[in-house]
Formats: sequence, C-alpha cells, structure tokens
Amino acid sequence: MKPAPFDYVAPATVAEACAMLAEAGGGAAVLAGGQTLMPLLNLRMSQPFIVIDLNKIAELKGITRTNGAIRIGPMTRQCEALSDEMLARHLPVLVQAVSHVGHHQTRNRGTIGGSIALGEPAAELPATAVALSATIELRSTRGARNVPAGEFYLGPYMTALEPDELVTGITFSDWPGGHITLFREVAQRPGDFALVGLVGSLAVVGGKIARVGLAWFGMGPTPIRAKAAEQMLLGHAVGEIDPSAAAERAISDTAPFDDHHASAEYRRTVGKRIFARTLREALDIREAA
Amino acid sequence: MSKHEITMTINGRRHGGDVEARVSLADFLRDDAGYTGVHLGCEHGVCGACTVIVDGKAVRSCLMLAVQAEGSEVRTAEGLAAPDGALHPVQQAMLDEHALQCGFCTPGVVMTLAALTSDKKKPTEDELLAAMSGHVCRCTGYQGIRRAAKRLAGVELGGKKS
Repeated sequence: MKPAPFDYVAPATVAEACAMLAEAGGGAAVLAGGQTLMPLLNLRMSQPFIVIDLNKIAELKGITRTNGAIRIGPMTRQCEALSDEMLARHLPVLVQAVSHVGHHQTRNRGTIGGSIALGEPAAELPATAVALSATIELRSTRGARNVPAGEFYLGPYMTALEPDELVTGITFSDWPGGHITLFREVAQRPGDFALVGLVGSLAVVGGKIARVGLAWFGMGPTPIRAKAAEQMLLGHAVGEIDPSAAAERAISDTAPFDDHHASAEYRRTVGKRIFARTLREALDIREAA
Repeated sequence: MSKHEITMTINGRRHGGDVEARVSLADFLRDDAGYTGVHLGCEHGVCGACTVIVDGKAVRSCLMLAVQAEGSEVRTAEGLAAPDGALHPVQQAMLDEHALQCGFCTPGVVMTLAALTSDKKKPTEDELLAAMSGHVCRCTGYQGIRRAAKRLAGVELGGKKS
C-alpha cells in the first residue's frame, strides 16, 4: 500500500524540530531511520499530517565518551554502532545487541534512538538500555529532562516520551574493563523479533560479583529488569552461584504472554534455560581467564 | 500534502522530479525514473526485493522517502553491468550458480551482494550469508543464492554443485 498524504519537513537543529513538534500538537510523526515508521505509513496504520525528518540534524549523530560515560546520539545508525571501535571496547554488549536488530539492509538506515524511542517489548536495544541503567535525554520547547531507562518503558510501544518531546541522547555509564557481557536471543529466523531474549553485563572483582545488570526482552509488555536474580548474584562469590536457582528467580520477574509465535509457558521454559546457560557460560569464561 | 523538487544521481545519471512527500524512493525510481528493476514485494521492509544502493549502502527503497534521497547517489540493478553488456561479478556468480528462477527477488539480492563486495573490506562468507537473511526467495530454496554468495566471498565450491 501507499501512505496517506502528509507534509514533510527536515529541520536542521533540535530547537527547530522541537518547535515543529510543539506546533503539530500530537499530529506529527518523527522520522528517524524509518525502518518501523515507513511500514506503518505504507500500511496506513499511522496517518500523521506532518512527518518531521531528523536525518539532517547533525547534533543528534555520533558517539562520544566523557567523564566515564558513553553518550550515543539517537540518530547514530545501527550500522555505525556496529563498526564503532570505542563502543566495541567500552560497551561491547550494546554492539552485540545491535547485531541482532533487523537485517544488514535495515541496520544501514535504522537508528539507535529510533529503536529506543519506539519501545517494542521484544526489541534488543530498549532491553539493553534497561539492563545497563542507561539515561534517556528528552527535549521539548518546555525544556530538557533525563529519564532512567528503567522508568521510560510503560507498555508495548508506550513510553514516557510526551508527544512534543524528542530523544536527544542515550547515556551509558562505564563498566569496569574486563567485565562480562551476556546476550542470548531465541527467534524463529535471523532478524525476527525475539521470542525470548536476555541481555546484560556483570563485573567480577576479587572473585565476587561486584556489579550486575540484566534484562529480559520478549518476556512481557516492556523490557523487564531481572531484579530478583540480580539481588541473588550481587556480592556473592562466583563459586557459590547456582545458575539454575538464579534462573528460577529471574523468571519470577517476567510476565510473558501467549501469541501466535509462542505460548507464555514456552517463553518461561526457554527463558529459564537460556538464563541458566548464559550465566554458566559467562562465569566459566571468567574463571578460565 | 507537500511537494518537493528533488535531484539525485541514478546509475551515474542525474535525474530530477517533483514528488509528493509520501512517494517512496522505490516508487520514484520505478514510476518517475523508469528503473523497473526495482521490485516492490511487500512494501513494508520484509521481503528485500526493493533493495538498492544509496550512497554505497544497501537499503530498502520502500522504507525511504524519495525526498530523503535528494542529492544522493543511487544504484539499481540496471546500473550493475558494464556499458558493453559485460556482467558485474555478482550477476555472473548468480548466473553461474543458478541462483534465480522467477527473478522477482533477484534485483534486491544482487544489490546487497554488490554493496558488500564493493566495500574496501573484503566480506567473509558468514557476513555475506548473514546479509542474505534480509531477502525472501520463494523459488530457489536459497541454495543457489548461498553458492553465489560463497563464491563472491572467495570460497572454492569445487566441481559438484551441492
């Protein structure tokens, strides 16, 4: 199908974009990489009267590292994140997550911020932001504010983003060098949304788990932080950890659903398995090193 | 409904036109510029048939507005072969390995392979095969396409086709 008619504007600055969004009063669609919005327009599931294209806003692009934190401009393309050496060194789990987003061809257009702002519950990047306690910067003509990723996702495709707000940055605090990344996704085909997914990082200091951040995707209406399992792991010696018991605890925080791809029971069963296996493998790697 | 005057380079030739904002790059290439080698299957980014190269990267032309390609270098399947008709290495590999039957998905497949093999970095077999997950083919069972991709990655296939 073809989209319904709309006006198109491509502002050059965030300030201009915010002014246009405010003026549109909720009738606008914001175009980032377009890999989700364009299908919605083509299918006429979305019929905005104006499309505000962010692709010409230079200040929304690029990855920087200052004061122990990495800040990603939302219009950084997924393919750029995949080949970024600084990200590979300091935030490897994000690179791993991005490699599972869509396909090569969609990652060439798709952006980090687009996926973060959309809030698809089975997507990799929102869960990564939640697992690593990222901060999401929002801006509107009313001002700027920071929202922790853990408070940003409210339901499927529902976020704390107000209709007049833009995502202007995503910040991840540094993890210690040599920290361990965890990532596992079960999907029907490469590039599909996850049926079940787990993402996170943990740091071992002096044989004990000093820091841990884990989140599920595809296991409920939003990305879900595995808080109970984190509490069970934190501060404990690696040798004392029972991955199966941690997996039982981790699944208690999820709220999976039945759909035509998989039942909630399937998701819980597979979720437990992948949690235990991923944790076991991650800690073995550490012990061998 | 806004209208926009745009110009882009398609297969080395400048092409301009007036487009409504809602026109996709795929429809502009087909209907305005006449490059009907751009095939539209699903129109929502799943099938990969409309894949073209924009500024060196393989993208879905159904998921980009024509107005966004203003000033870009666009390549379609029509721009692969040499002016004397000599096939592009990707086309030759597809032909030699029987990587197509009905040909509907083929223009997208060849543009992804062409984009990846023209990058300075030589792609690995795994990278090429992973990129093929972005294309749906209903005829070949993919084995011919896999062989063509492997060959482009420099893998010796041997005499027997398997």
